[in-house]
Amino acid sequence: MNDAANAVLVEEEESPGTQYLTFLLADEQYGLNILQVQEIRGWEKPTRIPNSPKYLRGVVNLRGTIVPVMDMRLRFGLPVEPYSKETVVIVVNAVCKRGVERSIGLIVDAVSDVVVANDEQIVNTPEFGSHVPTENIIGLVNQGGSMVMLLDVASLIETDVAEEDG
Amino acid sequence: MSIDMAQFHQVFFEESFEGLDIMEQGLLGMDGGAVDPEEVNAIFRAAHSIKGGSGTFGFTEISDFTHVMETLLDEMRDGRREATADAVNVLLQSVDVLREMLTAAQDGGSTDRERVKQQHAELERILADKEGGAEPSVLAETPVVDGAPSVELQPVGWKVVFRPHQHLMRTGNDPLRIIRELASLGELEAECDVAALPEFAEFEPEDSYLSWQLRLREPVDKAQIDDIFEWVEDDCDFAIVPIMPEGFDSENAGEETKADAAVPAQAVAATEPPVERRVGERRKQGDRRQGDRRGSGAGSAGTSSSIRVDINKIDSLINMVGELVITQSMLGMLGDDFDMSRVERLREGLTQLERHTRELQESVMQIRMVPISFSFSRFPRLVHDLSSKLGKNIELKMSGENTEVDKTVIEKIGDPLVHLVRNSLDHGIETPEERVAAGKPEMGTVHLGASHRGGNIVIEIRDDGRGLPRDKIFNKAIERGLVKPDDNLSDKDIYDLIFQPGFSTAEQVSDVSGRGVGMDVVRRNINELGGAIEIDSTPGQGSAIIIRLPLTLAILDGQTVRIGDETYIVPLVSIIESIQIHEDMLSTVAGRGETFKLREEYLPIVRMHEVFGIENPDARNLTDGILVVVEGEGRKCGLFVDDLLGQQQVVIKSLEANHRKVDGLSGATILGDGSVALILDIPGLMRLAKQRGLNAGAPLALTA
Repeated sequence: MNDAANAVLVEEEESPGTQYLTFLLADEQYGLNILQVQEIRGWEKPTRIPNSPKYLRGVVNLRGTIVPVMDMRLRFGLPVEPYSKETVVIVVNAVCKRGVERSIGLIVDAVSDVVVANDEQIVNTPEFGSHVPTENIIGLVNQGGSMVMLLDVASLIETDVAEEDG
Repeated sequence: MSIDMAQFHQVFFEESFEGLDIMEQGLLGMDGGAVDPEEVNAIFRAAHSIKGGSGTFGFTEISDFTHVMETLLDEMRDGRREATADAVNVLLQSVDVLREMLTAAQDGGSTDRERVKQQHAELERILADKEGGAEPSVLAETPVVDGAPSVELQPVGWKVVFRPHQHLMRTGNDPLRIIRELASLGELEAECDVAALPEFAEFEPEDSYLSWQLRLREPVDKAQIDDIFEWVEDDCDFAIVPIMPEGFDSENAGEETKADAAVPAQAVAATEPPVERRVGERRKQGDRRQGDRRGSGAGSAGTSSSIRVDINKIDSLINMVGELVITQSMLGMLGDDFDMSRVERLREGLTQLERHTRELQESVMQIRMVPISFSFSRFPRLVHDLSSKLGKNIELKMSGENTEVDKTVIEKIGDPLVHLVRNSLDHGIETPEERVAAGKPEMGTVHLGASHRGGNIVIEIRDDGRGLPRDKIFNKAIERGLVKPDDNLSDKDIYDLIFQPGFSTAEQVSDVSGRGVGMDVVRRNINELGGAIEIDSTPGQGSAIIIRLPLTLAILDGQTVRIGDETYIVPLVSIIESIQIHEDMLSTVAGRGETFKLREEYLPIVRMHEVFGIENPDARNLTDGILVVVEGEGRKCGLFVDDLLGQQQVVIKSLEANHRKVDGLSGATILGDGSVALILDIPGLMRLAKQRGLNAGAPLALTA
């Protein structure tokens, strides 16, 4: 029974490719595996966490759980712009170290589209020329002439969590 | 598809550990020599269930071991053997070994086979001590037998006559599954009786017409077979007959088998009355067990811990939900056609809603509450063992065992309590000679008590020993550079020093205590639970350790404070008072920063807006804001905030679930308006302030 279900899943993943939700950040496109996107919310002022890195804007109440939100512009060292009507928080979750599932909100300029890409279409990231740390990137995919940088959700969350150890 | 037995493991382990506790308590009760047959029976029953369960789940090592214990207990129960101190001691040790084995089985670890073997041999030794023992050696060598004491010889297998009622398959059961289950126990021969099959035309595909004679050639526990039939016992006739080994009474056994083979129906009929009776009994047991299972959250397969809840608590919960639904529908109707004349009704409804919600919250919290006796129950044993080891005469008194505490508290308070009681036994209580010399009764007393006080639970460990050596602690602290000889410390401050890491005044390190590892851990554990620990001691009269814990970890009484436009919550338990200060209370102690004087004490000031980097506080001037005087880990300080907002109960939410531990914060909560407020961790905050040296050397901001 389980095997059958797995088979279906694998099939779905293999044939048409994986779906990615893309968003805009300083006029560049980024993508997140859509299965890791929990919801998209409007921007609301979070509660600041004292003595945290600047990109961590604080925590919000997500139906009873406390979820941190981080400003992706600040996170990637992009020029800061005031939040607009388009600004949204994409809540993503992923299974991190020790099998714990964690959620985090990403503040981005706007959501744009859903793209489908399979493994062959994803090219490796160049080692340089990007403000995004390489460990956060899965790869690049060419979408209608422009590049979409696919981000690794788990590593984004883990960097947030891991800094406590250091 | 076979049933995944692993899902029941958790329940088995829980029941077994409870059984062990029963055995331990019972055995300790037998210590005195006089044996209450009911007591022995209880111990025997506990051992028997562990044996049965472990056999069912395939923990043969455990069932083998328990079997020997059971044999010994059985003889005691029948009065064939005296409960000598030696035997009781060996049994107590066996309980320990059994506990280790069960723990190992639960965690998937390995057992210390050598120890098990030794203990096994010990038990055998007692059993072999012929003084009234029947034929223990036979029993000892053949571990897995039916628990019934009368069966002294072990069958080599079982013959099962299984005749399903016609409707069996309609109940969702399948005879084939049962037979397969039996086959999984060992070699199985099956003979099918098709006599009841009707003419083909009358054949109902959903009825079962077959019956079987099954021969299981494996000396399994009868309970295992019973368990397989447990599911269908109402829907079939079955009889289980032991097959005796060849050679022993073969005539009899053979006859029986022959007779059965020839007329299965009669065999069933003949054995029916006892089966019926047993079924009745079993059902009672089964009901109870199922009830327990339901209570313990049957869904969790091993990973998550479970909790047993009194059915009354669940019932009151359901009641409460019913009330809530009624109130809600009442309000709904009111809203359907509302005009101003009905405002009064609306108000009433809302009050009712509030009351029901609060009651519901309380009932839900009740579910997590378990009596503290779960934690206390291990101490009689501990005191019994330790006092004989230390050569002291000590009596343990307990009170308030029924005080209910949050389950998490129970889990975490156990080790600190053990540590504190050990300390009392080892350092507190004197040897009998010393006691007599001091004019005290030879027998020392340790009192362990729990009670509710306000919103807290208070646990006290009080002994009538020699008390804490004040001067010795003080000298040791000077030696270690913790305090200066000319420091003017109160007794309480000095006693508090024993919570310093690595602090010990014991001249000699025993294996009981005295390494100086521990008291700091004890305090840390208690602080983690949001509690506080205090010491009270009178030289020569004894000492008391008082632990104050919050009733629950899920809810906290908090004081909301405002700094700039940020809101924080200070746990009410840590607040001593809140004051507005005057200039003449302030002073700067060289190297220790800003302080204020409160009733002859100089306390440091922690400016919250500096520690937390809040940009626009209303008050930078100490006389403009409010000082919340708080205490944590025995130290006090004043938190400088803009304003006090109000007191409320808050539900604690974890910051770590999605984020991480933040210094100075213990968690977060959600306020009435849906926004998040952070809860301060007072000891952590003091450390943070100290680390940053924020108030050290900071100029006094007195401009007035």
